[in-house]
Amino acid sequence: MSEIVTIQQLLGLSIILFTIGLVGVVTRRNLILVLLSLELMLSAANLAFVSFAYIQGDLAGQIMVFFVMIVAAAEVTVGLAIALLLSRKTGKINADEVRALKW
Amino acid sequence: MDPLFFYTVAGIAVFGALGVLLARHPVYAILSLVVTLFALSALFVALNAYFVAVIQILVYAGAVLILFLFVVMLLDITPETLLRSRKPALLIGAALFGLFFISQAGRVINTFQSEKLSDIQTGVTGTTRAVGEQLFTIYALPFEVASILLLVGVIGAIVLAKKKL
Repeated sequence: MSEIVTIQQLLGLSIILFTIGLVGVVTRRNLILVLLSLELMLSAANLAFVSFAYIQGDLAGQIMVFFVMIVAAAEVTVGLAIALLLSRKTGKINADEVRALKW
Repeated sequence: MDPLFFYTVAGIAVFGALGVLLARHPVYAILSLVVTLFALSALFVALNAYFVAVIQILVYAGAVLILFLFVVMLLDITPETLLRSRKPALLIGAALFGLFFISQAGRVINTFQSEKLSDIQTGVTGTTRAVGEQLFTIYALPFEVASILLLVGVIGAIVLAKKKL
């Protein structure tokens, strides 16, 4: 364990969280949990943005995080509504069981 | 930033993320993500991003994840229907893919200058005032576009989820 914290360590944490989210998106079947893993990926990207804002001395990175959160909120609202509709119409919530384009 | 603080918070964040990946029941996965978001919020405070840290807890942990919880309760998912693992081969493949991704991305971040965070004279302090001033001057147009996006999201969710309009 080193005595100092460098930018690499912050970005490394960001990469680890992003990869866990990515593996979650690939392996999870439940539509809700896929969306949840997507949220984790977005949060990991937010950490990278804030780290870069800190070392550059520029607020632009933090403002980008603000916009990322807005997009995430909109995406989750519509995504969960689709999941709700899917489960109501077909009774299925697993992504790979939904094959028909028209339900 | 104190190294002990960083490693503690990073450990909590990774622990919560693994909970999201491995939890059987969706409610546990959602609560694990809350743990991760709180840890990230602590890191944001240490990086002088105060406004973003508060918004993270209020919007993400407070609103978005509560929405997830509501939907899980509305759908009445039982853990038996979850079947989180498809095939062992797929899980091994996903793990190998993750390790490959981490190693490649690690090579990218090793090209950055290795500066101690304590040595950086940062001029940035993300207070509400500083962020708000930039948001309403330089980023005024993206801000308005974001509000339209939220409006469209709300209308779309109502149209999709309402049984009869």
